[in-house]
Amino acid sequence: MTDVLQAIRAALPAATVELINNPGPGAQHSLLVSANDGRAVAKFLRDSLGFDFCSNVTGVDWLPRKVQETVSRKESVEGAGKEIPETVERDIPGFLEAVYHLYSISKKSGPLTMRMRTGDRAGDVTVPSLTPVWKSAEFQEREAYDLFGIRFEGHPDLRRILMWDGFADHPMRKDYAAPDDCEYEPTPHDETLARVKARQEAT
Amino acid sequence: MSPDRTIDVSLGPQHPSTHGVFRMNVTLDGETVVKLRPIFGYLHRNHEKIAENNSWLASMPYTDRLDYICSLTNNWAYALAVEKLAGIEVTERAEYIRVIVGELTRVQNHASFLGFVLGDMGAWGTALMYAFREREKILDLFEALTGARMMCNYMRFGGCRCDLPTGWLDAARKLVEGFPAFLDEMEALLTGNEILLARLQGVAPLSAARAINGGMSGPGLRASGVDYDIRKVDGYGIYNRFHFRVPRGPAGDCYDRFMLRVLEARESLNILKQAISGIPDGPIINPKSKQRGFRPPVGEAYGRIEGPKGELGFYLISDGSGRPYRYRVRPPSLINLTLLEELCLGTKLADVMVILGSIDIVLGEVDR
Repeated sequence: MTDVLQAIRAALPAATVELINNPGPGAQHSLLVSANDGRAVAKFLRDSLGFDFCSNVTGVDWLPRKVQETVSRKESVEGAGKEIPETVERDIPGFLEAVYHLYSISKKSGPLTMRMRTGDRAGDVTVPSLTPVWKSAEFQEREAYDLFGIRFEGHPDLRRILMWDGFADHPMRKDYAAPDDCEYEPTPHDETLARVKARQEAT
Repeated sequence: MSPDRTIDVSLGPQHPSTHGVFRMNVTLDGETVVKLRPIFGYLHRNHEKIAENNSWLASMPYTDRLDYICSLTNNWAYALAVEKLAGIEVTERAEYIRVIVGELTRVQNHASFLGFVLGDMGAWGTALMYAFREREKILDLFEALTGARMMCNYMRFGGCRCDLPTGWLDAARKLVEGFPAFLDEMEALLTGNEILLARLQGVAPLSAARAINGGMSGPGLRASGVDYDIRKVDGYGIYNRFHFRVPRGPAGDCYDRFMLRVLEARESLNILKQAISGIPDGPIINPKSKQRGFRPPVGEAYGRIEGPKGELGFYLISDGSGRPYRYRVRPPSLINLTLLEELCLGTKLADVMVILGSIDIVLGEVDR
């Protein structure tokens, strides 16, 4: 993985690429590529490093979250430098992620996990489409667009694929709430009963 | 009819040769296809969302319903990905059983494929019934082992659910010995058949470079002459202990895709013979592995196997809780359809059915 990273950095010095560590026992680390350089890095991976087979394309939804970190603050107390530990709460904004699993059929190696992130989850949800590089991404990027709402710029035919055309939301998002059009139940109970009652009281 | 004299025809969603509810909007110039748009989603139930709201173990029976012809290989792919994610060892005996049931699944998938393709070509029923007669014998074995013919729900993280019943291995050995006779019979009936050759040979050839770039995997990829079998490349499970060949096709046309299944089934029988004679005694499941209340460590993993229809992969992200944070199925049936339009352009309408049949899809997996 590090040799791939070095090769990319040597060939494309302007590209922003970093290594994302995978703490799991499988230790399949991944490359985080900035959306602007995605297409160039993908072409380089295919043409120069032999990653000719784009196996899996998908999206991941990361909600905004708060992380508690302990940082030590330097302070001079009575003339002497002292380090005081302090707990800081940091906000990590939410984003969507497009994940590509690449293999090399010619070299029989892989998988190489390549990820690109969007700016946020609402307005800036664009990453470059890699369908011009690997045709196999076509339907899978459409699926990620349909279910996650990631816009793939440069995709030849970016339409919904599994949900119907008039559908508004993106059901694989973590905060997706199913519309309250539950099927008719002769004897509503539990959650459905609570919903039906709430609706009756509202009207 | 539009001003340029082309006709739009909607094939499906209910059509015997679309192998389920799948629709193709085809634009025809005379009988020649000039445009084809596949339409998916009639069987969509958001399998991935369901799995993300379930415990890790509870998704196992759902995987049966992806490619419902081959539930055991779906189980295997999911178990393999979870074992990668959590670093679980599989016991020796379970590995052998996985190979045996996995290869039996491949054999019965390829047998029914032969029947389905013949049906697509207009040989209604007869060929399919010959194939199903043999498939039923394998399903009987599955039923004796797992309790279900098709929805087996058999594998567990670190092993399998239950041990082989008494006499099962003998029955399997007998089946494996008798199966080549069926393949010989099929070949004697079909391979040299003039109509079959005319309908398959030279139809929709696919070059190796296009197959790789278009994400074709499994028999479709090898029919185009690419030497790539995940059983050999990854050597997952214990496949590197068995001797088998990887058949390849010269041209990648429908005939190669058809014949490759016959050859692959023969190689699978080879593996089965070796696995049945080599299976050791021992525990069926890793005693350290946890099923209920299972919480894998934080991380992610992509695990894949050589499914009967192509590369079946599972991409899992764990946040350390009892449910997957992200659960993704890489469906070979859907991704193999990426090249469908490219293959069909310029062919006749009647060939579209054969081309679709030669790719071998199951809609439960395409739409998920």
